Amino acid sequence: MPAFLIFSVFYIYPFFYTLFLSFFKGDAISYLEFVGFNNFKEILLYDKAWWRSMYNAGFITFWALTFQNILAFLLALGVDKAVRTQKFYRVVFFLLPILSEIIIGLLMRIFLLSDPGVLNHLLERLHLDFLKRDWLAPQSALLSCALVHCWKGFGWAFVIILAGLQSIPEELYEAARVDGANAFQSFLKITLPLMIPVFTLVVILTILGTMQAFAMILALTRGTGGLTEVPVMRIYNHLRTGQTCYACSEGVVLGLILVIVAFGMLKFSKFARQKYGL
Amino acid sequence: MIKRVIIIVFLFLFGCSAPKKEISSKKIIIWHWMTDRQGAFEELANKYKDLTGIEVEFKLFFPPDIYSQKVIAAARAGTLPDIFGVLGEKKMFASFIKAGYILNLAPFIKDWQERFIQQTLQVNTFKKGNIYGVEPGIYGIPIDSMNIQFLYNKRLFKKAGLNPNRPPKDFKEFIKYAKILKEKLRVNGFVCGWGEVWLIYCLVTEFAINIMGKDKFFDTLRGKVPYTDPEWIKVFSLFKEMRDAQILAPNIVTMINKEAEESFALGKAGFSFNGSWCINVYKKLNPDLEYGVFPLPAVSDKKGVKIWGGAGSSFVVNANSKNKTEAIKFLKWLTEPEQQKFLMEKTLNLPAVKIPLEEVSPILKEFLDDTGNLTHPNVWPLQEDSRVVEVINRGVQQIIMGLKTPEQVALEVQKAKERVLLTKRSQ
Repeated sequence: MPAFLIFSVFYIYPFFYTLFLSFFKGDAISYLEFVGFNNFKEILLYDKAWWRSMYNAGFITFWALTFQNILAFLLALGVDKAVRTQKFYRVVFFLLPILSEIIIGLLMRIFLLSDPGVLNHLLERLHLDFLKRDWLAPQSALLSCALVHCWKGFGWAFVIILAGLQSIPEELYEAARVDGANAFQSFLKITLPLMIPVFTLVVILTILGTMQAFAMILALTRGTGGLTEVPVMRIYNHLRTGQTCYACSEGVVLGLILVIVAFGMLKFSKFARQKYGL
Repeated sequence: MIKRVIIIVFLFLFGCSAPKKEISSKKIIIWHWMTDRQGAFEELANKYKDLTGIEVEFKLFFPPDIYSQKVIAAARAGTLPDIFGVLGEKKMFASFIKAGYILNLAPFIKDWQERFIQQTLQVNTFKKGNIYGVEPGIYGIPIDSMNIQFLYNKRLFKKAGLNPNRPPKDFKEFIKYAKILKEKLRVNGFVCGWGEVWLIYCLVTEFAINIMGKDKFFDTLRGKVPYTDPEWIKVFSLFKEMRDAQILAPNIVTMINKEAEESFALGKAGFSFNGSWCINVYKKLNPDLEYGVFPLPAVSDKKGVKIWGGAGSSFVVNANSKNKTEAIKFLKWLTEPEQQKFLMEKTLNLPAVKIPLEEVSPILKEFLDDTGNLTHPNVWPLQEDSRVVEVINRGVQQIIMGLKTPEQVALEVQKAKERVLLTKRSQ
């Protein structure tokens, strides 16, 4: 009962209130006008900036799904075998995700800006001058956001994947060795299939987390004239300018998209597990 | 089991009930967001307590975004303090008034409203027939004033062989001087926090009023003049001109105002565009900075120049407070010339009331010189829809980044305007 009450007050009520407001126009302080599905129509059919922000978030998510998670998987594979230093690595890699997004954004801004140009200076010292550029310029700002996001976020995936790797019974590998399987075959036939549920979880969490990323990007680029604007940044800006109901509608649309993606991933995972007979 | 549930429900309901209202008979609670003024406010509160026996507590919430959210949440929960400020557009201010959270002060300030610089009170005034549907009245008390102007670094001027006492007289000269500074001293010509888009809109509207005049500008807001009009394209082209002259600081569109302030204060840029609050900021960042102030570098000499300004920060009285009378008395005292002078000297903000100019520091005086040419969206008869403003700001950022032409931006803004007009008509 207390759990239900807490859940109702902090989750169910805000959810339904947001949904309720999304059918209105106004600031929800003194002005509300029922507009039906107009806000949704506006977002889905006419708001090009919304879809641009979805593209930006999708781009960052793509990098997080590939670069970030592959890096996390490779590191987890390495650390899984390093029995003595495992705890140390776990702490080190998990430090970044627990740091404030705003702090990371501001620090990385100083690091990436052409003035003072910390990164460019480093590249120069390493004789990698061809890589020097304005990292927050329109052409590279979105990629910079994606890379910083991956750098900050790979610790989460690392910890989850490492836990998954450690839950695979050692006996399976021993049996495979007895049967003459080499390391690559063991990896392909044991590790990968048994990690499918873990990968599904990591993929879902990555998509949900990245599509909702906002604070770090705000501190890093302020949206770069729409080039690095992400959906939650738009919602935040609309809330600030008194377009509360429109912001609620954007929140509902984003939520629905994420729910659909998450369910799609779960279905895919179920299908993959059935295929491997897990 | 039932007993347990009742206890839990009881605890839940009373544990989560509205926080104890911060109202007592002899204590006035004030919420604000002004970090630079907290110390001075506390000193004034102590002085007021010594004079009247009434305790005044200034509670600081920062950053301003968080403060705004707190005020909105408190309004909904009915826990607003006796005195607070509303940040944001006048539309938001009007919403608070219409919801019954803010007291109309007009009947209470008749005998002391003359002390204010006229423009500072206008921002808090709703006239008869206003577009917001608010009952006519004065709903806020300005505690300081501000205006936004161009600044130039006098030392850099001297170094580049320019006359430090002669700022540019028009836009062409501004570009010319900025180029000279960049070429001779290798500093940025111009810096501004254009990652905070309101500063872009501020400059866009100032240029627009200068080029086309107020009437045509307001006709655009009414939908009678399209944004594709040649004069609007001229306004957007000015940003392209600045880009083409290569005078803008790199990453200017991602820069927050604090970064721009630092850049200018440390002599990394020759010109800046900033509000009068910068005096305090620059003093802290670089006490030796020598700079001057000049109004918008005019593009046209036919329509005159208007600059954004008026009330800096204002306080309102909670209409549901039990301490309304005490709150009004305190605001009356706070805006007396003596207290205003104290605030001005301590925080280096422009006063909201008339103070003899000989008592004002030279740099503050430079800002005060242009109070006759002030304008502000909050005193306009109508405001542009925020969806259109968003497209203008983003468009200008894209011109600066070289991604769009002024013509393309004008077309996009006009499309957004037509969409807004269509939606309004259909509703």
